Amino acid sequence: MVAQEQLRVVRCGGSKLNGSRAAFSADAKYLLCATGDFVKVYSTTTEECIHILQGHTNLVTGIQLNPQNHLQLYSCSLDGTIKLWDFTDGILIKTFVVGYKIFAFYCLAGSDDSGFVIIPKNNEEASDSFQLALVRLTKAPGQEVETKELSLILDDIDYSPKCTAFGREGEYVASVRGLHLRVYFFKKKKTHSFPLSARTVKGANNYFTCVACHPKEDCIASGHKDGKIRLWRNFTHKKEYTFSAMHWHHSAVMDLAFTVEGTNLLSGGFESVLVQWRDVSESKKEFLPRLGSTIEHISVSPDGTLCCTSHTENKITIIQSNLRVSAVIQGLVKGSSVKTGLVVDPRTKALVLNGKPGHLQFFCLQSDKQLYSLDIVQQEYINQAGLSQTDLVKAAFSAQGNWLATVEQRQEKESDLELQMKLWVYDEQMQSFKLSTRVNMPHEDHVTALCFRDTDGVEDGIPTLVTAAKDGRFKVWVTVDESDTDKQSVGWICDFVGSYHNYQADNCCFSEDGSLLAVSFEEIVTVWDSETWDLKCTFCHPPGKTWSLCFGRLSCSKYLLGTTDHGFLCCWNLLNCALEWSTQLGVIVLQPDPLSENIAAVSCISEGSDLFVFRPNEPRPLCIQKNVCRGKVQCAVFIPRNVPETVGSEKYQWLSRSQLYFLTETQELMTFSTKSPEMRLTPSSKQLASEESLPMTPFYVLLGKHREQQQLKMDADLGKPVVHSHSTQSSPAVKELLHTPAHVLPSATFLCSIFINSLLISKENKSNGEVANEVEMESEKAEDESDEDIDHTAMEEDPKLTEFWGEMTPKLSKSQEKELRKIRKTDFSWISAL
Amino acid sequence: MASYKPVAVLPFPRLGEKVTQDTLYWKGYKTPVQIKEFGAVNKIHFSPVPPHNYAVTASSRIHIYGRYSQEPIKTFSRFKDAAYCATYRDDGKLLVAGSEEGSVRLFDISGRAALRQFDGHTKAAHVVDFLSDKYRIFSGADDYTSKLWDIPSSSEIVSYSEHTDYVRCGCTSKLNADLFVTGSYDHTVKLFDARTEKSALTIEHGHPVESVLLFPSGGLLVSAGGRYVKVWDILKGGHLLVSLKNHHKTVTCLCLSSSGQRLLSGSLDRHVKIYSTTSYKVVHSFDYAASILSLALAPEDETIIVGMTNGVLNVRHRKHEENKERIPKKRHPAYRTFVKGRNYMPKQEDFFVSKPVRNHLKKYDKLLKSFQVSKALDAVLEVPIRVYTPEITVAVMQELSRRGTLKNALAGRDEKQLGILLTFLTRHVVEPRFAPVLINVAEMIIDIYLSVAGQSAVVDKQFMRLQEVVEKEIDYQGELLETLGMMDALFATMTSKKVTSLENKSNGISKVVEQVASS
Repeated sequence: MVAQEQLRVVRCGGSKLNGSRAAFSADAKYLLCATGDFVKVYSTTTEECIHILQGHTNLVTGIQLNPQNHLQLYSCSLDGTIKLWDFTDGILIKTFVVGYKIFAFYCLAGSDDSGFVIIPKNNEEASDSFQLALVRLTKAPGQEVETKELSLILDDIDYSPKCTAFGREGEYVASVRGLHLRVYFFKKKKTHSFPLSARTVKGANNYFTCVACHPKEDCIASGHKDGKIRLWRNFTHKKEYTFSAMHWHHSAVMDLAFTVEGTNLLSGGFESVLVQWRDVSESKKEFLPRLGSTIEHISVSPDGTLCCTSHTENKITIIQSNLRVSAVIQGLVKGSSVKTGLVVDPRTKALVLNGKPGHLQFFCLQSDKQLYSLDIVQQEYINQAGLSQTDLVKAAFSAQGNWLATVEQRQEKESDLELQMKLWVYDEQMQSFKLSTRVNMPHEDHVTALCFRDTDGVEDGIPTLVTAAKDGRFKVWVTVDESDTDKQSVGWICDFVGSYHNYQADNCCFSEDGSLLAVSFEEIVTVWDSETWDLKCTFCHPPGKTWSLCFGRLSCSKYLLGTTDHGFLCCWNLLNCALEWSTQLGVIVLQPDPLSENIAAVSCISEGSDLFVFRPNEPRPLCIQKNVCRGKVQCAVFIPRNVPETVGSEKYQWLSRSQLYFLTETQELMTFSTKSPEMRLTPSSKQLASEESLPMTPFYVLLGKHREQQQLKMDADLGKPVVHSHSTQSSPAVKELLHTPAHVLPSATFLCSIFINSLLISKENKSNGEVANEVEMESEKAEDESDEDIDHTAMEEDPKLTEFWGEMTPKLSKSQEKELRKIRKTDFSWISAL
Repeated sequence: MASYKPVAVLPFPRLGEKVTQDTLYWKGYKTPVQIKEFGAVNKIHFSPVPPHNYAVTASSRIHIYGRYSQEPIKTFSRFKDAAYCATYRDDGKLLVAGSEEGSVRLFDISGRAALRQFDGHTKAAHVVDFLSDKYRIFSGADDYTSKLWDIPSSSEIVSYSEHTDYVRCGCTSKLNADLFVTGSYDHTVKLFDARTEKSALTIEHGHPVESVLLFPSGGLLVSAGGRYVKVWDILKGGHLLVSLKNHHKTVTCLCLSSSGQRLLSGSLDRHVKIYSTTSYKVVHSFDYAASILSLALAPEDETIIVGMTNGVLNVRHRKHEENKERIPKKRHPAYRTFVKGRNYMPKQEDFFVSKPVRNHLKKYDKLLKSFQVSKALDAVLEVPIRVYTPEITVAVMQELSRRGTLKNALAGRDEKQLGILLTFLTRHVVEPRFAPVLINVAEMIIDIYLSVAGQSAVVDKQFMRLQEVVEKEIDYQGELLETLGMMDALFATMTSKKVTSLENKSNGISKVVEQVASS
């Protein structure tokens, strides 16, 4: 087992929700969306993820409900398969192997055994030429069916599923690419092409971006790069077609959708405003503004009550037909760059990083869910290209998570820089951070680093913050009591300003006990006493500026580590103020583990990044992992685990208490795991999910603990060995009772006796007291009854009953239910006989 | 859907005092009443019994004023020379005063002539007070002695001559009828017990003592002299608790607030400072027109009276809450409809439909929300906003520049509108808090309207004024920088060079070089 244990890099959390159009179930209770290799089923009311449909081995590119059976779902993927799922139970029904990379899949109501796929020509993605092909979805039995029969319908189309749409009852298909709209009529087997000129007199940009077909009429809506929406009619005639244009969007129309009846047209784009064109006319339009970020996809539920928009910030907004937001499904927001780096909130152990513009997102990695988003900038966000927005560039938490410091900046021209530092205090009542102090222009130039002093061990430790900036200064900020006549308040003031020969301050870092502050000024590292703010000593490593700086922890607290832009990793001993060792590794990220002496360094010399985990006092690294990802690692962070994990191998012991997460160049969040992929996946797989989801409710935890305690107490009282029993788990009847949906079950009064009997029979070796104890959670009546029965049941076993329990399968079918009822009758007679 | 976020107007910290409970309390006095006396006011004393008249000793007279009277209700003027330190007895019936010729006189409040006259001091008796048993008086005089007198027999009981300079201040203990304290110009404060022949305690103040004060508990003693106010713990044998140096001239008088929570000190520097007796920090301070010689607070701090060297008596009466109540607040008739149903408690069977809270936006926010940038700028250039809250105007300008539409908003204005804009700029462009934004705005305006320059005399004139202001500011900043440079030079000569850091640095480098060489 130990030998098998291997460190592997795994993608974790924050998969993309906005990759393709989401789909609603027929009753609009569920929202299905493709994320990465999976399809997730969300509840539209609670925003909870109900199932994860996994089976694809590559990116899922499209999903569509089966028009013949609205409880089934087709999904297509780049792995060349189309899979049919039962999404309510999360079961894979069938797999159609096509063999080409599938970029989109369409399925029409009329033809039940065929679908349409967009595949690359010659099966090469690089060719940049795609085809729309008809694929036969044979009804052949078997889980996996090979379908190689493809017939070409349209050549040279856009790969995006948004650029192809099927018209009224599947009579025609419209596809746009570049400046051409092409309509293929299935009956006539003819293609009409409608070109537009590239530039009009007014300088409009006529390139097509998306297309949608009216569900009832012969009308095609197309979106354009310049924000126009064109409505094409009468296109059955090659020459006499007409089109009308509607213009509201100021930049490209990203997606279009008709409502089910075709009365309204929905459009969205960069402005992040959902526009509803009533009766598809220019005069009657309604807006839903400030949806957060660019709308990428719009989809409408089959019953017409809901629609949803997918946004670039990895979000799906579910909107009611009266244009009111009803729910938001938010994933990990991935911006273009994570300027704050990865930070851990000590309170929630959540990963904190830049969220949507001007926000800080708190992302829970365990549940892969955004906990909340903190509005830092607190300004109206204008979605417009070319505007320089206020960016959140730095964030830091105090050791206890009571304080959060953020720095935001906006630079329009070289000369005018707007800087703001905000200090947030955690409000227990609101359970959120509250703005405490705002510092305008804390420095004259960009802030390069900020860190809090760890005041855990120190008596009456005043919260202290240090900021370092390019203006060559580092400033120490401390809290002061600003209590006023009517309210208690704490503010921050600058306590000390330090500089070193006017060099730029690049990094700052407090030692573990908070007694020393290390600030790096270009090539020189200075160490300051944090009590008196005296310069204690300076270190200099000739080649290169210091990139990052950190103190060793616990037994290695006498070491100070730094990396330089020449790739040197230096370790200074603070006791004798000398360089302990240095090595040229090309280290780009240096991250200490808060719970141990371990320090992770990521180096990037050639193509990929390598990970080194070491202790400053040991000559040999604990672990070396080559090529953890392509390109440079942006930032990394250790997140303490809630429960220490048992890691078999000595080599990977550093992973047991905290987990290392890192962000790659492509903004993907990765982590290290020693578990094999199967083991890692099991908890999330469907079967276990339903089983485990039940006991893990807070109620269960409470009750379970309570019961355990009681049982222990009871055992102690009776002075007999503890009989380890899991009655609820072992008894199939109870399991059934708990797992069968309530509406299927017969009434509780009927089930009561069976339930009690099941307990008694399965626990015949147990004493009465224990049994009674277990039944306690049931109704009073049940308890009374059981008290009467207890003495006799042990010997009076109904053979029929045991037989029944034996053949009980996890699923409660109709026939079994009937049997259950039958037995219930016998049961009653049996009770009355007593 | 996120709601519209209104423009954030940056609050700038207000300069000056912070508003605390104390400032509110001590500011709650009406405008002072000035009463002109004949000479410097050396003592003010409130009658301990209602209606709390007060005796003012100035020159050769003692005036008794009623609480709100501007004219004296009674005058004792039978002094040949200056009178000193008119003090009421605890029952408010007798008044004692010292005099320049050395006699101590006792008056009945209702009478005119002195009831008793105690002669014994050879020089001016500056301080007199009743002991708390009501039948004895102590006095201190410039002949370095302090004496105790018996009122019934009008005879001297005991004389202490331990001081080596004028005895100018003193007070008696309210708890012990035998204890009294004297302060002298020989820099000492002495505590006497009438039952003994010698002083019980001597405290070295360090400066000629101008005033002493015992706390009601009798445990703490406050002495004032020179620029210092010192608090001593008598029970610890005269241990110095705290030394306060908040005045920049001699402190002349001390006084406790009625609650005993605050200590007031008046000084020749024309200030009255109020200290908290727990933290000994100055919590408030009053300014007066002339040097202060005497200070008194009425019971319940109802009145604060200050006597000054120029003979002016400054009387401040406390404002009363009922005054505020009297002014009926006009309520808009719409108010009731506004809060209609707010206080309604839903019954159990009621179905509760929550209405979204409508947040009211300001006019400029409404316009900004609908992207009407020019109108939004117009809205904040209206008089009340432009004049009283320029920070809002600047915040909107900044928001516009953030949206990249400031130029659009500034363009296309006629002479009058441009005039308003330029006046605003001239007024505020040099203010440090607005400068970064307004300089930007000024540049844009110049860019936009450069082509039409010279068409309107009014606008041209305003441009010239703006230029003037900016040039003046540049000169000013230059001067400031010069001063800063001079100061830096001075500081540089003052601080000694630190060698340690340099040494370490070279050390580090050499070590590193060694390491590199060895590896």
